[in-house]
Amino acid sequence: MTGAILFANPANEGTFWFPPQASTGAEAVDFAYNFIYWVSVVSFVVVVSLMCFFALRYRRRARGELPPERTASHNTVLEVGWSIPVALTGGILFYLGAVSFLDSRSPPSDAYEISVKAMKWAWSFTYPNGHTSPNLHAPSGRPVRLVMSSDDILHSLYIPAFRLKQDVVPGRYTEVWFEATEPGEYQIFCTEYCGTKHSEMLAKAVIQTPEAFTRWLDEASNILDRLPPDEAGKQIFSARGCVACHSVDGRAGVGPSLLGIFGKTQKFVDGTTTVADENYIRSSILNPASQVVEGFNPVMPSFQGSLKDKEIDAIIAYIKTLK
Amino acid sequence: MTATTMPMDTSEPTYLTQARGALSWLLTLDHKRIGIMYLVVTSASLFLGGVFALLVRTELLTPGETIMTHDTYNRMFTLHGAVMVFLFIIPAIPAAIGNFVLPLMLGVKDVAFPRLNLASFYVWVLGALVLVASMYMSAIDTGWTFYAPYSTSKAVGSATSVGTSAMGAFILGFSSIFTAINFIATINKMRPLGMSWFKMPLFLWALYATAIIQVLATPVLAITLLLLAIERAFGLGIFNPALGGDPVLFQHFFWFYSHPAVYIMILPAMGIISEVVSVFSRKHIFGYKFIALSSLAIAFLGFLVWGHHMFVSGQSPLMSIIFSALTFTVSVPSAIKVFNWLATMYKGSIWLATPMIYALAFIFLFAIGGLTGMFLGTLNVDVHLHDTYFVVAHFHYVMVGGTLMALLSGLYYWWPKFFGRMYSEAGARVGAVLVFIGFNGTFFPQFILGSRGMPRRYYAYLPQYQGLHMLSTVGAFILGIGLATAFGVLVYAAFRGRRAPANPWGANTIEWQTASPPPSYNFHDQPEAGDPYDFEGWVYDAGTDGYVKKPAVVA
Repeated sequence: MTGAILFANPANEGTFWFPPQASTGAEAVDFAYNFIYWVSVVSFVVVVSLMCFFALRYRRRARGELPPERTASHNTVLEVGWSIPVALTGGILFYLGAVSFLDSRSPPSDAYEISVKAMKWAWSFTYPNGHTSPNLHAPSGRPVRLVMSSDDILHSLYIPAFRLKQDVVPGRYTEVWFEATEPGEYQIFCTEYCGTKHSEMLAKAVIQTPEAFTRWLDEASNILDRLPPDEAGKQIFSARGCVACHSVDGRAGVGPSLLGIFGKTQKFVDGTTTVADENYIRSSILNPASQVVEGFNPVMPSFQGSLKDKEIDAIIAYIKTLK
Repeated sequence: MTATTMPMDTSEPTYLTQARGALSWLLTLDHKRIGIMYLVVTSASLFLGGVFALLVRTELLTPGETIMTHDTYNRMFTLHGAVMVFLFIIPAIPAAIGNFVLPLMLGVKDVAFPRLNLASFYVWVLGALVLVASMYMSAIDTGWTFYAPYSTSKAVGSATSVGTSAMGAFILGFSSIFTAINFIATINKMRPLGMSWFKMPLFLWALYATAIIQVLATPVLAITLLLLAIERAFGLGIFNPALGGDPVLFQHFFWFYSHPAVYIMILPAMGIISEVVSVFSRKHIFGYKFIALSSLAIAFLGFLVWGHHMFVSGQSPLMSIIFSALTFTVSVPSAIKVFNWLATMYKGSIWLATPMIYALAFIFLFAIGGLTGMFLGTLNVDVHLHDTYFVVAHFHYVMVGGTLMALLSGLYYWWPKFFGRMYSEAGARVGAVLVFIGFNGTFFPQFILGSRGMPRRYYAYLPQYQGLHMLSTVGAFILGIGLATAFGVLVYAAFRGRRAPANPWGANTIEWQTASPPPSYNFHDQPEAGDPYDFEGWVYDAGTDGYVKKPAVVA
């Protein structure tokens, strides 16, 4: 393997240090980063060169040797003198960072609003018309404001290509905004540690031209009308993040696999049993803590109020097909 | 006759030979023996934390599962962080080296409260056992930061709770406070005649500033952990929003302690570097007052910057801006120290023995650690870099590149005093080179990973990050071998090394005026305190390969 393959930057588009720049705010961040980078490189080179030069030039030749001449051990002018550039640099960096930070925290009033829900271990994005998707779809060239909340614990939404990050805090709303410049797909990470599958709490930011975005939203919003219930259910199942914990191939995950579950007898942690019928599935979605299957933890959030009856019908239809 | 101030009489028992048997160690009130016991337990913690680190790095060789599952990985990095922070970096320099050296540097028999000193050791051992055992048994996977509400939600550690682990950290805090009170009292009340505040060795200034932080900040950690325990035990809503609490409040509490704790870790390290750079340049430390006062400035400012850990936490932008501004003020006293060390080397007589090699490594790595702090203090850049590998690289450059290098520098420097034996210079240098290469190999690639967006605490990662992760893992193993070599050379020296002279380096701080190793009571007579960085009174003596006091002029 050559170094180029090993160490090449991800998307092949970014620079050595950065992912690609895909939002209007990214440039200011990279400018500040590059500024600090060069200040650091110069400071580091000066400090380390002096250190190495002194270590070699003034090397002790005999063990008893004292320095050849007595030099000053104190100089107040020098001390104050070298502190000033350090303080000034700090001031410049503070200013550079604060101005662009304030911009990134002040969304324009005409921004398109998308509400973001974080839960262990999936994202869901809800658009003004009520449609919900597991990836963030947004138009390019238009400010987008994300209003975020968490169902369980702390998470953090991070889109490296937009240089954007904000914690998602249970019990309060946090907001952040961006304006994407280029259509494309960009990685979304969770960057606040959230337990077992923290590193798999991923999504994509799918940026489309405003026309393509509107078309996508229209089509995606009416799957319940367009598709047969089991197929619509399959899409909802992945769109709402169910698939993160419930496999459909028999492998146990954080939650039980749903393969062949319909009609089977379920055993619960409290020792009771029941046959998995429509009512059981419905109550497991709306009130998951009431019947926890043996061998699993009560970690699933309730979907009460966030899944409509028709959507639950579709999910049940889909689960019936898993044989 | 050689100078009478040099008790070279080998028949006199040393603190090591004064009494024998396990009980003579376990019940000792001698600060030197307590220091050595601390050295043993903190080194064992370093080893344990290092094993966890290597397991973590091995798992990260490949993007998916390499040797362990999600949950095991999460527990491993939690254990690594908690053991390294609470059991190694915080106590290593003050409790081990500080305990041994502080009374010797003051020319006194012991610390102000020897019994409290021994108590602090046993409280430490108890806290460490509770912490490690409970984390292991309860399968704690919250990260060493114990962020709520994950740490307080019932699902964590399925069987039991973080309550017991928090209790472990709580107990360790008492040990930390005991040592700090002891050091403050000793330095305030027991300085010898002639040692005014500004005649004190800089290592003591550093320990003093550290002790002040420990006394003021540790109770806040205790309060936080207590609140956490109360929330879990009684379901009282403090941090958990499900109960009406606020998770961001936990972060404020946590970092109000843990940011000053960063200075608990680095200030004593800087103190060691000040001693070593001056002694091995055989030149008076440059800018003594500025270095001394910068320790106090760092201790003070360290209390005002905790919010820079929380720029994206949901705290208000105004607070983030204030904390960013305050953060940059810390760069001034830190830079002052580095510049003064360089100025001390200027026109010195520089001896590149192992302590000095580690000191130079410290300056090199701390420069990178400090400069990369500017990226993280700058608000908009931090938004991109927060909770990525850039942060991981940054704090390892400060904690390992800084504190661990200084610890090694200090151990090699005072080892002859600890055990009366010299180490093998060749072996020690091999270790130092391996440590330096391994360290940079491990952590430099992580700056690149972080800038490219790789989040921290990730068990699985996208394939594009694999090359740099592999490099980092290889570096970690080299670092491991280097540290094993460095400690191996020291342990070998302690038993088999050549006999050390009283003052092998020509240093003028008081601990070098007694024998190596010192007798139990430290000094025959009350030693004189002069300028600790005036080396002209010492001449090289080829017979002992050490330095002896210049004979008085009348002779």
